[in-house]
Amino acid sequence: MACIEAHGLRKAFGDTVALDSINLQVETGRILGLIGPNGAGKTTALNAILGLSSYDGDLKVLGRDPWRDRDALMRDVCFIADVAVLPRWMKVSQALDYVDGVHPRFDRAKAEAFLAKTDIKSTSLVRALSKGMVTQLHLALIMAIDAKLLVLDEPTLGLDILYRKEFYDTLLNDYFDHSRTIVVTTHQVEEVQHILTDLMFLNRGRVVLDCSMEVFEQRYAEVMVTADKVAEARLLGPLHERQVFGRSILLFDGVDRKRLAALGEVRTPSIADLFVAVIGADAVPAKGEAA
Amino acid sequence: MSPQEIVNGAPTDSAPLDRMLRTTRPFYWSVRREIWENRSIYIAPLAVAGVVLFGLLVGASRLPARAVHMISTLDPVKQGEAMSIPFAMAAGAIMVTAFIVAVFYCLGTLQSERRDRSILFWKSLPVSDVTTVMAKAAVPLVILPVIALVVILATLLIMFVASAILLPMHGLPPTLLISNFPIGPVTVELVYVLVIFTLWHAPIWAWLMLVSGWARRATFLWAFGPPLALCVFEKLAFNTSYLLSLLHYRLTGAVSEAFDINTAMHGNMPIDLHQLDPLKFMFAPGLWVGLMVAAALFAGVVWQRRYRTSI
Repeated sequence: MACIEAHGLRKAFGDTVALDSINLQVETGRILGLIGPNGAGKTTALNAILGLSSYDGDLKVLGRDPWRDRDALMRDVCFIADVAVLPRWMKVSQALDYVDGVHPRFDRAKAEAFLAKTDIKSTSLVRALSKGMVTQLHLALIMAIDAKLLVLDEPTLGLDILYRKEFYDTLLNDYFDHSRTIVVTTHQVEEVQHILTDLMFLNRGRVVLDCSMEVFEQRYAEVMVTADKVAEARLLGPLHERQVFGRSILLFDGVDRKRLAALGEVRTPSIADLFVAVIGADAVPAKGEAA
Repeated sequence: MSPQEIVNGAPTDSAPLDRMLRTTRPFYWSVRREIWENRSIYIAPLAVAGVVLFGLLVGASRLPARAVHMISTLDPVKQGEAMSIPFAMAAGAIMVTAFIVAVFYCLGTLQSERRDRSILFWKSLPVSDVTTVMAKAAVPLVILPVIALVVILATLLIMFVASAILLPMHGLPPTLLISNFPIGPVTVELVYVLVIFTLWHAPIWAWLMLVSGWARRATFLWAFGPPLALCVFEKLAFNTSYLLSLLHYRLTGAVSEAFDINTAMHGNMPIDLHQLDPLKFMFAPGLWVGLMVAAALFAGVVWQRRYRTSI
């Protein structure tokens, strides 16, 4: 069974269409990166998946309708928005008590063991913790919940490099296994590239790219070519071209790597480079339009 | 492995996938978290009780001999009345405090979780909007009245003990206060007053919570501004004040509906249970209309919370 299945998922706020009939299928055991510029509809899509907002179209998450069954769905789904959502007046011990009291799949000992490895004291108030520590606390709560789907909306926003790295390492090493599914949105694409199994680009409420990382690595190739071969390379129809240190880097979609190797050094592009190529091209006609 | 074993093995193999569910108490913990967040629910009544007690203590120690003489020469009925004044003041002050705390609690509760974005955390847990709203409604409807009752009774108890020590110093009988305030009837009357007011005010709490869930800011203005503006409009346009008297009735009508104020005082007790008229209160249309309005408004609060995310 697919973990998330959406057909024609649509959401409009007045005249603004935030999600324009997107289709989405996420199988169990995948880690999907939902990447898009600000205002692309990522958070709108996640809110629909989490039952936080109403929507048009068909959407099933773990076989349930999120808008009708949010509270039942939340037994199997965990959610971290950006770091600021833990109530600031709460004590760490109260957060543990509360989640322990309301969540049927929470393992308090596990959360306490995780917190013991940090500098967080159980008597501390959330407001007294640094932003990185609040994220650690939230992560401790989430990791102790035996959930099937974890949704992360900009989970590392505003954190320093150490906390960001630790966040994803912990998630991957101590939490993820193939019975779980993770959906993550972030602007720090380079940090999640190595953990994703699937990739989706959203722009202006539409899906502009949807592929697995294996397909991504097969389809897309980047070649650094010297000036004398640029004209030849351009004949192959690159998606995008940029200049680095006087040389051109051309990004190709579905061109045989052997042919590209004749032009220069071939490598797999970063998601960020593909993002610029795909979204940049998509956004040009829309210049001046509200994001 | 034979095919038979595979068939038999199937249910046990899938059993670990059906992960164990622990039993939870979302309502209980939701109420507790309201009290964690809003500590004024118990601190404010306790603080007022402390101020009242301290004031009475200072007042009693400065009691002039003339006043003591006057009290000791009064007849028992008048003595009882004189003794009832400080107690009624203490109980009244604590009840008014609980009312004010409830007003600010209801106005803030659904707005603050949106403003500090913690609603995204609360909604990421398996607690339904109905449970959340019921837990929040329990604060003005159950928690605050119970806290007011306990604090008032504790205050009375401290006054008893203090009076048993202080009164003999002035040559008055130590049981003067206790004999005028039999603890049983006092408790009955307090419970009665708290219950009738809580039921009577239910639509007020529901209205304030609805505004809290709806207004982005200035909940106080949205809650009280429009009703008062309508009162002014009615007065200017039609020179009537039906709405104003309706609001006044909703605020204080419980007294006239739940007490038989025409019954004469029985004996020398300032606490007179004969004045309580629960039957009249139960058949007062104002009670039932109010409860129906409250139920409709609370349903609106639940409906509204489903649609709410952070501001």
